[in-house]
Amino acid sequence: MTGRVLIADDSVPRLAPHVRLRYDEARSRWAVLAPERMLLPDDIAVEVLQRLDGQRTLAAIIDLLAQEFQAERAEVRGDVIDLLQDLSDKGFVTA
Amino acid sequence: MTVHPPPVALLCELTHRCPLRCAYCSNPLALEGASDELSTGEWMNLLDQAADLGVLQVHFSGGEPTVRQDLAELVAHAAGRGLYTNLITSGVLLGAPQIMALAEAGLEHVQLGLPDCEEEGSTFITGFKGGFARKMTTAQAVRDAGLALTVNAVITRHNAARLPRMIEMAVDLGARRLEVANVQYYGWGLKNRAALMPSPDQLKAMTPIVQEARERLKGVLVIDYVIPDYYAKRPKSCMGGWGQQFVNVTPSGTVLPCHAAETIPHLSFDSLRERTLRDIWEHGMAFAAYRGDHWMPSTCKSCDRKEIDWGGCRCQALALAGDAAAIDPTCVESPYHATIRALAEAEAEAGSDAITYRSFTLPRTA
Repeated sequence: MTGRVLIADDSVPRLAPHVRLRYDEARSRWAVLAPERMLLPDDIAVEVLQRLDGQRTLAAIIDLLAQEFQAERAEVRGDVIDLLQDLSDKGFVTA
Repeated sequence: MTVHPPPVALLCELTHRCPLRCAYCSNPLALEGASDELSTGEWMNLLDQAADLGVLQVHFSGGEPTVRQDLAELVAHAAGRGLYTNLITSGVLLGAPQIMALAEAGLEHVQLGLPDCEEEGSTFITGFKGGFARKMTTAQAVRDAGLALTVNAVITRHNAARLPRMIEMAVDLGARRLEVANVQYYGWGLKNRAALMPSPDQLKAMTPIVQEARERLKGVLVIDYVIPDYYAKRPKSCMGGWGQQFVNVTPSGTVLPCHAAETIPHLSFDSLRERTLRDIWEHGMAFAAYRGDHWMPSTCKSCDRKEIDWGGCRCQALALAGDAAAIDPTCVESPYHATIRALAEAEAEAGSDAITYRSFTLPRTA
């Protein structure tokens, strides 16, 4: 049994196996598909999830977002960790 | 007439054939025979239509879907169209090579039914000896193939006391998701309700066990908990609303708003052999009958939960209140609410073990 994953700066977060982010043409929105579950991520969550490439660390993802959206790094960090920890606890994200 | 948004999920009942004879099977009492089943080509055509319409998830179910020799072919076809694929299985017919073939075909996820955490209880419910050991082997093979695993622990009064062990079993089997699913009383389950219904005390004991496990297993195992309707205060959002998100296709290609809809005798159902999926979804009589709120009694129409539970379950309203357009009797607003709770309590108290096992020929009842 593997324990709970805690998302930290040196984590490399990615979508869990068998979780897919896909654009839903019929409804013109993004969807996260998972075993018998579906999430409708908001615009910010989509931006974060699109940057999970299995290579970047959390710190690198935060840098990228802060730069691209010209936002306060500390604020971005808090939001991204909250989002990814929640998605990890629900089984959508792993690290 | 406005065109309704497309369904999100498609459930393909590939066959009604199954080696198990589960007391709580949700299939109809009148099972469809093998000779009526849609062909491989017909199922593929449906999957194409579903993808074009806007379906995102497809569930392959049954009966036992692995009875179909073309299952991997159908999975590959669905995956090729970008559909998220899920297999709902008893696991008793699957060997490691078949599971590997399904994974290679693009299957994402397996939901494995767990009637109990031990052989004796499992055999009692399924009427199938040796099934339990095969399920354990299958769970391991699913994990070895790198597929996501959900364990669906089906709760009755016979196994309710073993819930803690069933939760630990799900963790040991490597599941990331567990459904603690009290039986939904439809089809054979409804017929066997008196032999399955848990007592209020059993139900009361379950809730803290689930809560404690959820907290302890956070990030390890997601637990979805379904209580028996008969003890609920508010109805479930059945199918996410009639004709809102979900479409069910029977082995012979009849398109249904839910798997039990055929119990409502005044509805007429369309077949994929005669009409397209889109046409049936948008214009079929059965889908229009209880979609939205036009059919609702005034109590439901003015309720602020109207678009949360969509009035609950029409099949249950018919079965328990005698009218498919009545308030779902599991709702406190229904005049039948107290009656059905008392019925459940009385059946649990009486404790009958008389099960009518699922079969293609319905035994005569006295």
